[in-house]
Amino acid sequence: MNRKAYKLIIMALCLVVVLALPLIGGCTGGGVKVIGISQIVTHPALDATREGIIQGLADMGYVDGDNIQIDYQNSEGDMSLVASIAQQFVTNEVDIIVAIATPNSLAAISAAKGTDIPVVFTAVTDPVGSEMVSSWKSHPNENVTGVSDMIVVSDDIDLITEIVPGVKKLGTLYNAGESNSVFLVEKLNEACDALGIDVVEKTVSTSADVLSAAQSLVGQVDAIWVGTDNTVITAFEALVGVCEDNQIPLFPSDDESIVRGGIGAYSFDYYDIGYQTGEMLAKILAGTSAVEIPVEKGKVISLSVNPVAAERMGVTIPQAIIDRAATVHEK
Amino acid sequence: MDIIGNLLNISLYEGLAYGFVAIGVYITFRVLSFPDLSVDGSFPLGGAVAAVLIINGVNPWLATAAALLSGSIAGLCTALLNTKLRINALLSGILMMVALYSVNLLIMGRANIPLLRQVTVFEQAAGFFKTGPSLSLAIIFIAVLALIILLALNWFLRTEIGLALRATGDNEQMVRGLGGNTDMTTIVGVAISNGLVSLSGALIAQNQGFADVGMGIGMIVMGLASVIIGEGLFRPKGVTAVLLAVFGGTFAYRLFIGIALRLGLPPTNLKLITALLVIAALAIPYMRKKLKGEWVPPAVRM
Repeated sequence: MNRKAYKLIIMALCLVVVLALPLIGGCTGGGVKVIGISQIVTHPALDATREGIIQGLADMGYVDGDNIQIDYQNSEGDMSLVASIAQQFVTNEVDIIVAIATPNSLAAISAAKGTDIPVVFTAVTDPVGSEMVSSWKSHPNENVTGVSDMIVVSDDIDLITEIVPGVKKLGTLYNAGESNSVFLVEKLNEACDALGIDVVEKTVSTSADVLSAAQSLVGQVDAIWVGTDNTVITAFEALVGVCEDNQIPLFPSDDESIVRGGIGAYSFDYYDIGYQTGEMLAKILAGTSAVEIPVEKGKVISLSVNPVAAERMGVTIPQAIIDRAATVHEK
Repeated sequence: MDIIGNLLNISLYEGLAYGFVAIGVYITFRVLSFPDLSVDGSFPLGGAVAAVLIINGVNPWLATAAALLSGSIAGLCTALLNTKLRINALLSGILMMVALYSVNLLIMGRANIPLLRQVTVFEQAAGFFKTGPSLSLAIIFIAVLALIILLALNWFLRTEIGLALRATGDNEQMVRGLGGNTDMTTIVGVAISNGLVSLSGALIAQNQGFADVGMGIGMIVMGLASVIIGEGLFRPKGVTAVLLAVFGGTFAYRLFIGIALRLGLPPTNLKLITALLVIAALAIPYMRKKLKGEWVPPAVRM
């Protein structure tokens, strides 16, 4: 093919793409509110959060495609995309930005500064520590609110001592690059110090490191606890495999991971956190300003256990605990 | 159409801000023929240094300058590993990249430093014009900065040291044979390159509202893609044209990413499209040359 033909083809392709933009980019008719949802990475808990948001909105009368339009973007862990997505939401003047996880919440808040687009964060552990809002109770002048997934780590540790009595060394894996996890590990150390349990920490930087980090804990610990760390949870099955092979009880902090093979936790169902966020969004859509809505913590903490997973790891959950559990998974 | 205008604006900002990374990559990969992979580490280094200084009350301009300096020091280390310890260039970059991850965590003390409530260079620049920070202002600010850097580099690459740098990249043996100190030129080149990359990291961190230890992942890919796309699209001849083409390539790359985002493609497909793009940018000039019968295989230097 000669050069002229090449040039023409490429120009034609570009033209097609550029013309297609308005159709796909979604020029909305007046009156339909656009909600931009920014997610940091794909994994079951965050996906469940998003589904909860959509359902929560629907139950309050806001249905995607009907009276609202949801623009969902996922940066798949790419930090440069995080800022791009936030920037796009702001320049396209969406009506609300919902950010699932910390980095994209920060990017959204920064991009929305100076505009009146409210930012609602969710699945963020410590919004005050991350400077998203000035305080839990009230944040005048800040058009930011949201739902935190902060868990009470000491309750989880109490659970571990009930199921694995005599536990002396507790291992944990986390990505030191996730501020939520660093915060939770501090809480872990506090809770364990009070009970005289030693904590063995291993850090990972990518989900590919989880397997070897888990193997390095074998023989060193009596049980393993992991928090809501995005990196570790992405590779959770690898961790489960090591724990089953070596009979080390594994305790995650969220319900979706218990389905995937963890033993038990006082946890949120991330779907509920999403649902709670959806209800908050409905309030904002109905006219309440985000400035006036205080930050909420996940309301529904329940005990969730998986006796079958426990058996595979060599422990039996006392019947009393199974009885008081809200959810019992049987896989 | 509003959406297109917005997309172009965002891509312009990103093209300029990330353009420094591409320029840095150009200096090492193309001018020096030194495959420096430490970019993934020096980018967040810039963000980390700037963030830590800013939250401790240092003037953001000074903090940004310090970030540039820190990048240069990192580049210095990479070059020293190669020139003085005779470690393979590729490996030197990789080792620095790996080391910098821990260094960045040490500097920041945590994984993520929010800069939402701090005064950044962008806000100061906005204050100068008596408005609030905005995308248009950010574009103008970075454009001015880019211009300064472009002029500086344009001048530098024509000085004796600059020419020695370019010669080292072309034929290191010959330069040494003529009595030139290629160790020095390598060090200078890699230091300048990483300094620019860190500058980019510092600016991006301040504008996006946070510095994160993971913000450098994928930067080398982006830098390389931008350089190659720039060369493929604009076919620049001469130092000034090439530098401009690199910024142009970054703009084009971010534009394509922006388009792909708007198209609603799952980001897993996004990376595939990026790959296809780079393949096209590489293949087209090659095929053109082949058609004209002008194809000359390039000498590859490790």
